[in-house]
Amino acid sequence: MINLKNISKRFGRYHALDDVSLDLVPGEAVALWGPNGAGKTTLIRCALGLIPFKGHAAIDGANVRTHGRAARRRVGYVPQEPALEADMRVREAVAFFARLRGANRDACSRAIENASLTEHRRKRVRELSGGMRQRLSLEVALLTDPPALILDEPTSSLDADARVELLARLSELRAQGKTILFTSHRPEEVKSIADRVVMMESGRIKRIEVADPPKPRDSIPFTQSASQVQVNVEGGAKA
Amino acid sequence: MTALSIFSPLTAWRRKERPIEVRALRTLIRRELRDALRNRWFILYAVAFAAIAVGMAYLSQLGSGMSGLAGFGKTAAGLVNLVLLIVPLMGLTLGAMNLTGEREHGTLAYMLAQPVSRTEVLLAKFIGQGAAFAGAIAIGFGASAAMLARSAGDADGWIFLRLAALTVLLALIMLALGMLIATIVRRASAALGVAVFTWLGVVFLSDLGLMGATILFRMRASEMLIGAIANPVQAFKLASISGFDTTLDLLGPAGLYAVQTLGPWLVPILIASLVAWVVIPLGAAMWIFTRRPL
Repeated sequence: MINLKNISKRFGRYHALDDVSLDLVPGEAVALWGPNGAGKTTLIRCALGLIPFKGHAAIDGANVRTHGRAARRRVGYVPQEPALEADMRVREAVAFFARLRGANRDACSRAIENASLTEHRRKRVRELSGGMRQRLSLEVALLTDPPALILDEPTSSLDADARVELLARLSELRAQGKTILFTSHRPEEVKSIADRVVMMESGRIKRIEVADPPKPRDSIPFTQSASQVQVNVEGGAKA
Repeated sequence: MTALSIFSPLTAWRRKERPIEVRALRTLIRRELRDALRNRWFILYAVAFAAIAVGMAYLSQLGSGMSGLAGFGKTAAGLVNLVLLIVPLMGLTLGAMNLTGEREHGTLAYMLAQPVSRTEVLLAKFIGQGAAFAGAIAIGFGASAAMLARSAGDADGWIFLRLAALTVLLALIMLALGMLIATIVRRASAALGVAVFTWLGVVFLSDLGLMGATILFRMRASEMLIGAIANPVQAFKLASISGFDTTLDLLGPAGLYAVQTLGPWLVPILIASLVAWVVIPLGAAMWIFTRRPL
């Protein structure tokens, strides 16, 4: 579904990505994990065709370089910080992206409803809380029901409650068979959503681990540290 | 090598996506127009143009020892130099700030992650902002024209209309140049600085530069004319003044030479030069924007 082959990207002398290859099969959820500067966001930007790169990237068979529009039509994108225009009203923002993505009016109402923003649909985006904005961002990405989702640290700016809500929605989407590629620093996200964890460092894939089977949402400890999860992930791989 | 493989580059090119889809372009233009209204620069510019035009009409009349508003011809003649100062500044900063601002806020990357092409995004910005800018000029000039017509009659109204049309063209040139700056300079603050320097260069140094070059290189009238036609601000000035004074003797030997040499072709050549100043920077901006990382 998402095919990244021999992706290399340099910013001047700095190798942001060095010959990275990764394939996501339909319905699979993959987490990109690694320290800052590992190349996670750059890989996502290459996958979306936002920056020039060496190698081959395709989404659902559409080459992002030669058929960028078709490729991006098959994927919904949720950035780290919600980038919806702050001055737009909620319903305007949804309608704008629906027109751009070719979704119908029903999809707009459904998106607002799924984001639990029906009561807030006349508010401006800047009046929403961070959690509401990120929920809206996710539902905008899902307007045309694309088969794949790409998320760049979607919960990094959210409080614990908003994070739980968003993770629940992502788990639901995963269960529906969406292909999900996401970056995260948070162990609970990796544990609850990912089938595979791609460990990145200095622009390279260090190793790929099979994640533990997801646990019910309520049992995820939110205070768990990154090192604890790494142990669990490795344990899963051994098993 | 098969016949098919010989033609494969051609077929691959044909299979490429269209850079512009009308529906996406229309949606993006609407967004730009709505943003212009919402950010209130549109209203501010319209009010500024109306105030400048009415103020100039009032001052022109005061200068001749009478009270009230001057006629269209006199007001338009007074407005040329003000338009030359204000419109380039507005256009350059508008073009430079919008794209860089969106880049810094992350909305540009988010937009480009949607099923749109970069060509559509930049073209929509130019068309949307250009239309809003032209609308502000039209409203400003229109409001003042209504006041002038009531006060001083509608004689020479076409001169005012011609100046408004040339002002729109000058605005589009500066918008395109501003966008070119925004595609080269990444940060909004730096883009603003470059836009202001460009404004200084275009408005102040072009007159002085042409005069200096004339003295330094002992330029002939024909070379001065080429220099004036090639400079958007000078071309705007020549085209505007040729509406008030068909002999262009206001501009000295160069003006007389222009009329004698080019005759009725002078204005079409000036307008072609102005149009080229819209198309070339916009084309360059598009070329850079579609190839450079965000």
